[in-house]
Amino acid sequence: MSTVEQTLIVAPTEPSDAGITANAAAPGTTSAPAQPVAKAASPARAALRQFLRSPSGVAGAIMLLLLILVAILGPILWPTDPLEIVGLPFAPPDPDALLGTDYLGRDVLAGLIHGGRATMTVGAVAAFITIIIGVSVGALSGFFGGWIDSLLVKISEFFQVLPPLLFAMVLVTLFGPKLTTITIAIGAVSWTPAARLTRAEFMRLRDLDFIKASRAAGAGNWHLIMRVVLPNALPPIIVSATLAIGVAILFEGGLSFLGLGDPNTMSWGLMIGQNRNYVLDAWWAVTFPGAAIFLAVLAVSLVGDGINDAVNPRLRRR
Amino acid sequence: MNFHAITHLADGNPYLLDVNDLVVHFRSGRQRPWTKHAVVHAVDGVSFRVRRGTTFGIVGESGSGKSTTAQAIMRLVPATSGQIVFRGEDIMPLTGEPLRQARKHLQIVFQDPFSALDPRRRAGDQIREPLDLLHIGARSARDERVRHLLGEVGLPPEAADLFPHQFSGGQRQRLCIARALAPEPELIVCDEAVSALDVAIQAQILNLLKKLQRERGLTYIFISHDLGVIQQFCDEIAVMYLGKIAEQAPASTLFTEPRHPYTWSLVSAAAPPGPLRDALKAKYLVNGEPPSPVNPPPGCRFAGRCPFAIDQCRAQQPHLDAVGPEHFVACHRQKELAGPDFTLPAL
Amino acid sequence: MAPVLSVEDLSVSMTDRDGKLVPVLENLSFSVDRGRTIALVGESGCGKSMTALAIMRLLPEGFVVTSGRILLEGEDVLTARNQRMRALRGDTVSMVFQEPMTALNPLYTVGDQIAEALYHHRNLSRREANEQAVEFLKAVQIPAAEHRAKTYPHQMSGGMRQRVMIAMAIACKPKLLIADEPTTALDVTVQAQIFDLLAKLQEETETAIVLITHDLGAVAELADDIAVLYAGRCIETGPSQEIAARPRHPYTRGLLACMPHLAIGQPKPSVWVDLGEIPGMVPGLGNRGPDCAFLARCSYASEVCRSQPQPPLGAIDTGHAVSCWLAREIAA
Repeated sequence: MSTVEQTLIVAPTEPSDAGITANAAAPGTTSAPAQPVAKAASPARAALRQFLRSPSGVAGAIMLLLLILVAILGPILWPTDPLEIVGLPFAPPDPDALLGTDYLGRDVLAGLIHGGRATMTVGAVAAFITIIIGVSVGALSGFFGGWIDSLLVKISEFFQVLPPLLFAMVLVTLFGPKLTTITIAIGAVSWTPAARLTRAEFMRLRDLDFIKASRAAGAGNWHLIMRVVLPNALPPIIVSATLAIGVAILFEGGLSFLGLGDPNTMSWGLMIGQNRNYVLDAWWAVTFPGAAIFLAVLAVSLVGDGINDAVNPRLRRR
Repeated sequence: MNFHAITHLADGNPYLLDVNDLVVHFRSGRQRPWTKHAVVHAVDGVSFRVRRGTTFGIVGESGSGKSTTAQAIMRLVPATSGQIVFRGEDIMPLTGEPLRQARKHLQIVFQDPFSALDPRRRAGDQIREPLDLLHIGARSARDERVRHLLGEVGLPPEAADLFPHQFSGGQRQRLCIARALAPEPELIVCDEAVSALDVAIQAQILNLLKKLQRERGLTYIFISHDLGVIQQFCDEIAVMYLGKIAEQAPASTLFTEPRHPYTWSLVSAAAPPGPLRDALKAKYLVNGEPPSPVNPPPGCRFAGRCPFAIDQCRAQQPHLDAVGPEHFVACHRQKELAGPDFTLPAL
Repeated sequence: MAPVLSVEDLSVSMTDRDGKLVPVLENLSFSVDRGRTIALVGESGCGKSMTALAIMRLLPEGFVVTSGRILLEGEDVLTARNQRMRALRGDTVSMVFQEPMTALNPLYTVGDQIAEALYHHRNLSRREANEQAVEFLKAVQIPAAEHRAKTYPHQMSGGMRQRVMIAMAIACKPKLLIADEPTTALDVTVQAQIFDLLAKLQEETETAIVLITHDLGAVAELADDIAVLYAGRCIETGPSQEIAARPRHPYTRGLLACMPHLAIGQPKPSVWVDLGEIPGMVPGLGNRGPDCAFLARCSYASEVCRSQPQPPLGAIDTGHAVSCWLAREIAA
């Protein structure tokens, strides 16, 4: 059993006895550790090990990997163009079109495979934008405080009071329903929770002694933010980034459902949006993309929860 | 007070640090949106000088401003006014690169070894940090230096590759000391550096600090609430109460002829058990707790709890006056009040 | 007269990740009579707080009592029904914690919190309970008690909160008070006040006190007896004056020697003399064999210590017992 795990067990009762033992010998003497010490049990690696122990987290990760794999390799396995009309509209699933056709006679399976690419890319890129804006605003706000904080908090509050879906609709309507616009719009309306989270983490960490010690060691603000505070604030931010992917995927679905999808790029949301009026005639055209969105969001949520359990020390026991 | 005249003699100046009228006020919340912010008078005009190679102790209870004084000297909390003359230079106005360079000679060890180390970085990297940031020594020589520093604080070289959670509290404090030693500072501020440790570990760390002082000619500012530790460890001691120095004296004088009623109270509370302690406590131990530093009393800060306070004490702030060699007391009645009799026969 | 609390051969273990039992406390025995105080002393990780929690039957999850009895006025706590145990807590035995802020409910005034305990355990009316609560605040020397009863914990200073904790703990006139490091978080002058208060209250109520502390120097005044714990084992026990004056176990001696005592009225030695030092640290859980747990740190250790398991507590004087093969050689 590694040192890390022992430490975790011993921690609640004996914070002082954890880890390497019996080498705090009299000053000046350098005695070797009494027991072999697991080298380099970094917190990140410990968290990964912990993550791999969680059944739901691993299941989510496998699901997510499969979805990504299909999105990458899919066009090779099923090369049909998702926008091409391959048969009659509303053809039920049969050997030619495994999952049937939609209201224009396009192949639903091709739509699923190619649309997955678009939807998951939108999700990942929008989540990335969310995190970049949110972390930058939150970090500056929480680290410097004072008027910088007041200003940035006012700005985030402005974004917070706007209903995000409506706001995104306005942006997409203004700049046109293209995939890039949709992605940016989603990112632009959903960064405030990440900013609040980052700000709170930075404010908590800012006054800890090790930050002051770094400052006493000659560290400037940039070094402190990027190299000292941010790495310590990262675990909850990673969790929120994971969950933001799920939210962005749902967002894309919602916008498309309301008719604001990019008609030139097949995505899961677009498939649902365009076929929603025919759900009674052709259930397959809506159900399969719906199920795909459900699976993708479920997968990222499971992964997010798994990471949360792994990085949250209070839940780490047992 | 002419005693605080600043000497700019870089050579031959026996004083490494000269703190002159240091004031640290914090703004705290306000009562109503339209009222003014309350001001916390954390440190209110503190002056003292620290001789090279000696240990200057600051003792006081929570809220006395002793830690704020230390962190203000480190420029870790912004001071409101005052001068901090360190190595012949006032470091208070410094910013940017000159401040970073000054920090080379000025390091700190904190109270809680658990929050003083970054949990996500290896011990060796944290000891190396000041070397990297202040460009000390050749890059290739720094790892060797880290191993050497670990040896000096009694840890094996392999410790460099471990993360803080793999160490015990005492070992972590050794790491913090190694980190403070890394840039070869002249002054180390020990802010309650042994208070959070078990007694056995505390003794190890105190012995280590003394050994390092002997070997390197270090100067310490040693902050503690423990009179026993302060007495044994320090050469000169300042007793702080509510943001001001109540009494300052060499360690040998302070516990033979204390002159301030607050010092008497501290001494009686910390005296070893026995009839002497009972007698002292009955006469000198004050009740209650220090008032809030938000609205400190107008006169002597201690007047509200002092059993010897008269009207003058409540109205007028006393000055820190010299009463003996290197012995200063801020008390209106220091001339008339007799100090405690420590020679009470043991029953 | 039977002792208020009698702990007999108590062992507590912790289940580790593999389901193995790791001993935390081993064969601990002590007792405390009415109006007396016993201090459990040791470094962190020695099992002091576990003992307190075992007596209150509040051991954290994963910790189990593997042997022994805990008799509270003759009644075995370990076999008592849960309902009975709830009645005992607060009524017969109560506890004062180290950090009063986290032990008080921030949403209620301190007066209400004391009155609540009285209302439940003493069958008083609300009005009587409130009146008595103020009386108890007066008893712990809180100035302007009527006014203070209406304030919330966060409006009080640390010392005041600790007084409130003590008022709550004594409100139901418990037979036994467990004080777990009650003054560690407080300033020295306040510490002295709290110790005086405990002593005075004990004189009035004849409550038995179990005082848990790491400060061997501070307890000699308050405690009648001392039990020194090391790595979950009691290694020395006896009257506090006797232990303070003539410690026999090398660990107890080390603890006393490494504490810088305040010397008043005498000039300080001009050169630094290294403090007595106990090298190393307490062995971690799971690293404790049958050997003497102090062996690795002991400067007296001899062949007999290395070849034999840790000896049981052996009487060396009236009431003074030591678990050390060399106890007789290490002259007082």
